[in-house]
Amino acid sequence: MSLTKRVIPCLDVDRGRVVKGVKFVGIRDAGDPLEAAKRYDEQGADELTFLDITASSDQRDTMINVVEAVASEVFIPLTVGGGIRSVEDIRRLLNAGADKVSINTAAVLDPDLVAVAAARFGSQCIVLAVDAKRRRDDSDGFEVYTHGGRKATGKDAIAWAKQMVDVGAGEILLTSMDRDGTREGFDLELTRRVSDAVSVPVIASGGVGCLEHLAQGVTEGGADAVLAASIFHFGEHTVADAKRCMAARGIPVRL
Amino acid sequence: MERVVVIDYRMGNLRSVAKALAHVAAERADILVSSDARAIGDADRVVFPGQGAIRDCMLELENHGLVEAVKEALASKPFLGICLGQQALMETSEEHIGTVGLGIFPGTVKRFSNDVRDESTGERLKVPHMGWNNVRFAKKHPLWRGIADGEYFYFVHSYYVAPQDDEVTVGRTRYAVEFSSAIAKRNLFAVQFHPEKSARAGLALLKNFLQWDGDACVMRDA
Repeated sequence: MSLTKRVIPCLDVDRGRVVKGVKFVGIRDAGDPLEAAKRYDEQGADELTFLDITASSDQRDTMINVVEAVASEVFIPLTVGGGIRSVEDIRRLLNAGADKVSINTAAVLDPDLVAVAAARFGSQCIVLAVDAKRRRDDSDGFEVYTHGGRKATGKDAIAWAKQMVDVGAGEILLTSMDRDGTREGFDLELTRRVSDAVSVPVIASGGVGCLEHLAQGVTEGGADAVLAASIFHFGEHTVADAKRCMAARGIPVRL
Repeated sequence: MERVVVIDYRMGNLRSVAKALAHVAAERADILVSSDARAIGDADRVVFPGQGAIRDCMLELENHGLVEAVKEALASKPFLGICLGQQALMETSEEHIGTVGLGIFPGTVKRFSNDVRDESTGERLKVPHMGWNNVRFAKKHPLWRGIADGEYFYFVHSYYVAPQDDEVTVGRTRYAVEFSSAIAKRNLFAVQFHPEKSARAGLALLKNFLQWDGDACVMRDA
């Protein structure tokens, strides 16, 4: 009997449609975010994260419609990230039914945004997304990247996470840019260092290739939640499979 | 048709609560999000959600001229408090010394200590307490109908209620300490977790609330 570790499927949404080839058995429209969300809910997903990868800002409103539709029929926490620039963007997403928003680039560009948003909407709905890469020089450490991993900031990932938690971030979504897409597993050292450094929950992300990796994120990385995209999308594994694997390794999960 | 009012006093996102209620009510009830004292007075049942600090909650209730309407609803009709809407029913809070809540339940609101470790793993426990945790029933209640003892509900909070009289506790949850995750008396039921975000179990609780006549032992037939 205790707080469980969360399993969070992540869906990339481009102009209102799920991309990266989500494939479910028996699903009629794999590109429909609502259908995908419902399916993950049935499988026992603890939360859902939508990442808006829409490139042009004039089509961003489609994400509002997606959130509206999903929040009307799927009753688990929803996080939305991608392209959030202002308190007004956050307000609109929360009003549409998002429970949390995740902010990366905008937090770096405007260091007050997290503080202002947390004061206005509460820390519980402000997630700091940290995209981190190992430094290539001899210095030991991880650097924060923005703009989808394209721009180095010079900031130390651990110090940055602590700084933003101090001003009000309620959770950290931590992605290893070195591991993202490799299927080699989370960067466990990065995960452990951030998790030990901050007092708020940490979601490990980037690199999951098998169910064992999810368990490692918790047992070795110290993560409070694990996020994955492709291993769930292609029907290789369900969220329920992931939880059974974690439970077999002694991790408390909601089954 | 029955009218259910979700009290809007600018403390957190109420849309999720309204959407979940609308989902379980289907066509049988009007779900209204309102900050109008008269609408609260006319409602058949009232839901009092919220996230944030009690001091702000009380200030906002006063700013919106809602204190009397909320107190009247608390005394007279099926009333569901959620999260901050549970905490605000207590007398006092550790959050800000001297903060006084609605005082329906004698007792206080406490904060999780920042330096507590999990008994089995030794990992430091994070605050807020965020995620799915068990609710063990301390008592039978019509709102638990069809829900398993020990069921998981979704939590996100740093404070919890500590009622003076443990008789009011109907559900308990453990996070370093054991706390009252659900309290009830007469026509009042209040929970720390978010039924509107707790998948099937949460929807079952909301549906039970819509069918509850406000008597702690009786449930109207659906």
